[in-house]
Amino acid sequence: MVVGKSVKRVDAIDKVTGRARYTDDLADKSALIVKICHSTIAHGMVKSIDTSAAENIPGVVKVITCFDVPNRPFPTAGHPWSTDPHHQDVADRMLLNRHVRYYGDEVAVVIGEDEVAAEQGVRALKVEYDELPFVLDVQEAMQDGAPQLHEEFKNNILDHTGYEVGNYEEAIQEPGLVKIEGWYNTPIVQHCHIENHICFAEEQFGKIVIVSSTQIPHIVRRICGQALGLPWGKVRLIKPYIGGGFGNKQDALYEPLCGYCCQQVGGRLVKLDVSREETFVSNRVRHAIRYHIITYARPDGRFVARRLEAFSNQGAYASHGHGVNAKGAGAFKQIYVDDKATKVDAYTVYTNLPAAGAMRAYGIPQVSFAIESSVEDAAKALGIDSLKLRQMNMMPVGYTDSFSKNVNYFDSLNQCIAKGKAYIDYERKHEEYAKQTGPIRRGVGMAIFWYNTAVWPIALEASSCRMVMNQDGSVQLEIGETEIGQGADTAFAQMVADTVGVPFDKVHVLTTQDTDVTPFGTGAYASRQTYVAGFAIHNIGTQLKNKVLKYAEYMTGKPAETLDMAEGVVFEKETQEQLMTIDELATSALYSLDQAEQFSAEGTTQIKTNAYSFGCGFVEVEVDIPMCKVKLLKMINVHDCGRLINPQLAEAQVHGGMSMAIGYGMGEQLLFDPKTGKPLNNNLLDYKLCTMMDHPDLKAEFVENFEPTSPFGTKALGEPPTCPGAPAIRNAILNATGVSVNQTPVTPHILFERFKEEGLL
Amino acid sequence: MEKKLVKCNINGKDVETYVDVRASLTDMLRNDYRLTSVKKGCEVGECGACNVIIDGECFNSCIYLAVWAEGKRIRTLEGLLGPGGELSDIQQAFVDEAAVQCGFCTPGFIMTAVEILETGKEYTRDELRKLLSGHLCRCTGYENILNAVEKTMKQRLGKA
Amino acid sequence: MYDFSALYEATSVSHAVQLMQEHPDAVLIAGGSDVLIKLREGKLAGAELISIYKLDELREVTIDPDGALRIGPMTSFSHATKSPVLQQYMPVLGEAADTAGGPQLRNVGTVGGNICNGVTSADTASTEVAYDAVLEITGANGVRKLSIHDFYKGPGKVALEKGELLTAILIPKESYENCYGYYIKYAMRNAMDIATIGCSVNVVLSADKQTIQRARIAYGVAGPVPMRARTAEAALAGQPVGEGAIEIVGREVLNDVNPRTSWRASADFRKQIISETARRGLRAAIERAGGVF
Repeated sequence: MVVGKSVKRVDAIDKVTGRARYTDDLADKSALIVKICHSTIAHGMVKSIDTSAAENIPGVVKVITCFDVPNRPFPTAGHPWSTDPHHQDVADRMLLNRHVRYYGDEVAVVIGEDEVAAEQGVRALKVEYDELPFVLDVQEAMQDGAPQLHEEFKNNILDHTGYEVGNYEEAIQEPGLVKIEGWYNTPIVQHCHIENHICFAEEQFGKIVIVSSTQIPHIVRRICGQALGLPWGKVRLIKPYIGGGFGNKQDALYEPLCGYCCQQVGGRLVKLDVSREETFVSNRVRHAIRYHIITYARPDGRFVARRLEAFSNQGAYASHGHGVNAKGAGAFKQIYVDDKATKVDAYTVYTNLPAAGAMRAYGIPQVSFAIESSVEDAAKALGIDSLKLRQMNMMPVGYTDSFSKNVNYFDSLNQCIAKGKAYIDYERKHEEYAKQTGPIRRGVGMAIFWYNTAVWPIALEASSCRMVMNQDGSVQLEIGETEIGQGADTAFAQMVADTVGVPFDKVHVLTTQDTDVTPFGTGAYASRQTYVAGFAIHNIGTQLKNKVLKYAEYMTGKPAETLDMAEGVVFEKETQEQLMTIDELATSALYSLDQAEQFSAEGTTQIKTNAYSFGCGFVEVEVDIPMCKVKLLKMINVHDCGRLINPQLAEAQVHGGMSMAIGYGMGEQLLFDPKTGKPLNNNLLDYKLCTMMDHPDLKAEFVENFEPTSPFGTKALGEPPTCPGAPAIRNAILNATGVSVNQTPVTPHILFERFKEEGLL
Repeated sequence: MEKKLVKCNINGKDVETYVDVRASLTDMLRNDYRLTSVKKGCEVGECGACNVIIDGECFNSCIYLAVWAEGKRIRTLEGLLGPGGELSDIQQAFVDEAAVQCGFCTPGFIMTAVEILETGKEYTRDELRKLLSGHLCRCTGYENILNAVEKTMKQRLGKA
Repeated sequence: MYDFSALYEATSVSHAVQLMQEHPDAVLIAGGSDVLIKLREGKLAGAELISIYKLDELREVTIDPDGALRIGPMTSFSHATKSPVLQQYMPVLGEAADTAGGPQLRNVGTVGGNICNGVTSADTASTEVAYDAVLEITGANGVRKLSIHDFYKGPGKVALEKGELLTAILIPKESYENCYGYYIKYAMRNAMDIATIGCSVNVVLSADKQTIQRARIAYGVAGPVPMRARTAEAALAGQPVGEGAIEIVGREVLNDVNPRTSWRASADFRKQIISETARRGLRAAIERAGGVF
């Protein structure tokens, strides 16, 4: 059996030799180049665009402006489509915009014979605007009289959800309660996959064929169809290797525009390759969410009632919209369970900033920062050890979510905490470090989280796959779930090998997905793929194996039910007698003069369950007070994501999430000029993505409780590693200095202000 | 636009071609020689994805004029395989240590690792961090990349 | 591809001067880490370029007969760090160069380009200002020398006339002899970053290592151009080695600097770092000089 083993990635050799071909590597040199003209104001109407100078530049093939495109709004979020109009994503996008809503909005494109001509064309466009007032702050945007971005959304509120468990107002009347209150702010950050989004399009076979760096080929096909007014089957979307996504490419970014440009030049090959600077602003970002948390606790630490208000900054367009804030708001009542009442209001609000969409862990890093900071603050106010406070109030074993029917089967949180605190020597240090004086001090901090696997029952969870056996008994897997760097193809190959009963090296995953060939699947998001594909692979793989055994029955005369296959050998179950290899069987079957057959199986598998994934993070820091600097000394994440399909790859994926969390906690934020809405640091020099020198060694550990709903015992791991790091760092700084910082990232600038306020400087 | 003949040695082979003088070395390597391991991640020298070795030192080829390559010896990831197509030790270490995820930063990292390893010196982990700090990676947290380079260094020094 | 209209490649210093006369609006490009990025941003779009990349004669670090260190302006940051001459006589310059950007940038970026672009955050500039570097500038009318203090005219502006190029950075012998320096780069990241504050301190101690004979302090980003902290230097001269000197420098440098508030950092925050880096830089420089606290 190969599930559970650290086999090497199936794509590793291609990637260390340069043979892995990404979108740009596949684009023919003859492609025309599309460059985008972005708005240089945060809000207004395009009055006119003078294209004459641009059109006269040698090499400029065509200019298309916002006045040329069809009036056909479309949604962009990479959600499964809903056939119920009330659950469909908000269609507020146009290919190019007359009403520009953020600094960087798309107003025109220039198609050139090369990038220099196209860029010269963009610079030569003369765009005139009627400027409108703009608003960047989420709560200001909700005020009456604030600049209005989309007519149909009053006070810019895209959506609001609220819930109340118990009766909050009654609960807080209990005598003797301690009230702890805080506001917590999270920043706008960007995904920063190293390959920028890129796509190219050409008309072939009466279709538009688009090759794109996307996480969601089938969804993008649908959105391109909607945006271009084409039957969806007239769009063919091909996804080769992609250089990371992290949620940004879980959106239709520029595929519709690229397809449109292709149509406008007679179906010729056009390539749209955006710069890093454009990627930061004109793709998607993580929602900045502002939280207000009030906790009422008994002096012994038991939470009686808590209140959450969450204000999510959507930016200019809906993209994934309220789903992100709503997910965090839902987590509030689950990660900690109040004795009497929980009340939540969550708003998602348009502002004149880049559109926020999906980003690794979809609202949970944001809400984890707020919740885990508030718990630490509560512990301080109550004079109770914060770890004990967590353990007293966190989701208990046996907890069942009324909506998803998820069950907390095991004592995962406590098991994870035990490993994490042992590695850091947390309890001893937490007590010792609280007593320090002097300019350089150390601190330890931690945070816990839970994460849903996949999206059932909010949306569809179905996975389609096809397995075809070759003459030598090897198997091709085609599946709608998508490799984006995380190692999905390797995990799938491992599951196929064990299910069908062939050796790992006899499984070939077709990594390039083509919507005309690859069975339907919704793609890489929601930490769903290993879980969801596990059902599909188990189902279809079993069907394939049964066909093989049926053929073995034909060959041997022994009933199929008495036979089995493992590691490519067909054997009799009772006697364990080896009857033949799959190589022999497959060759015989394909070339049989009597009963030639290629074994294949395919179909769609419904997944109507969901699973809680758990974990925690611990860090140790050193704070240099006069320099306002924090150095990370140690960091560990511990996860219960069920049984590990591939421990080495799981560990590697956790490292990556921890790194993203370090950036979220200490350095990354996209800044905008408050006077103009112009982005200030949309490049990799000024946006402080961690380098190798900004990290300590990263430690990843696991608790493996076999997830009962999954045929392979697995559940979410892709996104969860990003959740606990930032609040753990914030809490460690509090331990070191006694200074709480209620916004992330905790930069030297913020520390300087806070240290001054607290008299440390 | 003016084209210029650029003669250089790429991966051990003397080559020449006429390039647009406005081309970057990345453009020339990718478009004229189809060396697509040279990746474009920022095109302003901030990510390291386009890194190649020129006369023994690493350069981000995105901010290097193709015409400057005249007379230079250039090495890319494609040049690391042995005569029988076998992986070099550092490539194998990236595979073994799970230092590869999306793979887009991988070629640049490996070429810097080659420069480091060819000094024949032993470095501490912190020194290696500094020597590798010109590359951004969003997938791996750098941990396994550092492990792969350190392991190969020790192997070459007979200390593994 | 970059958007420029012509490229002229100089084959010698005199050829470069000639090209600059023939194409007075052309932009000089050395390592390219500055100019090529501006081209990408569209800032210099359509410009003509004169490349001096191939002028290997400007890539050496040597010692003049009068003892001055002669640093070729085309010396890359990494070669400055590896230069045996600098390692022996002025290691702080190589250390400062070793903090710029990342390893690949340090192979292409040049020490001369670092000052000719007139940027206050340049990692090697403050050390050259702290060592009273003299610049050798070559033009159609021959060679002239200029103190680095007279070179900076404002952000992005330096005292190079049309048709002139920097051909050497000279460090006089009296400037580096018995002198020990230390550079602190304060930035948000530990690599691939530009300085929020750069502080270069050097000292000459008395023979008995008890007294500060001379201290020089220069900053990047404490003002519009790299600058000296003369008040603090004067206050330190003759002070005994000890904590008192550290207190003095931390206080006095604030009289010399003029940082501004920008989105990158507030002036108050920069002042905090200016003071703290002076304290730590002075302590380290004194310790390097053999002083004991």
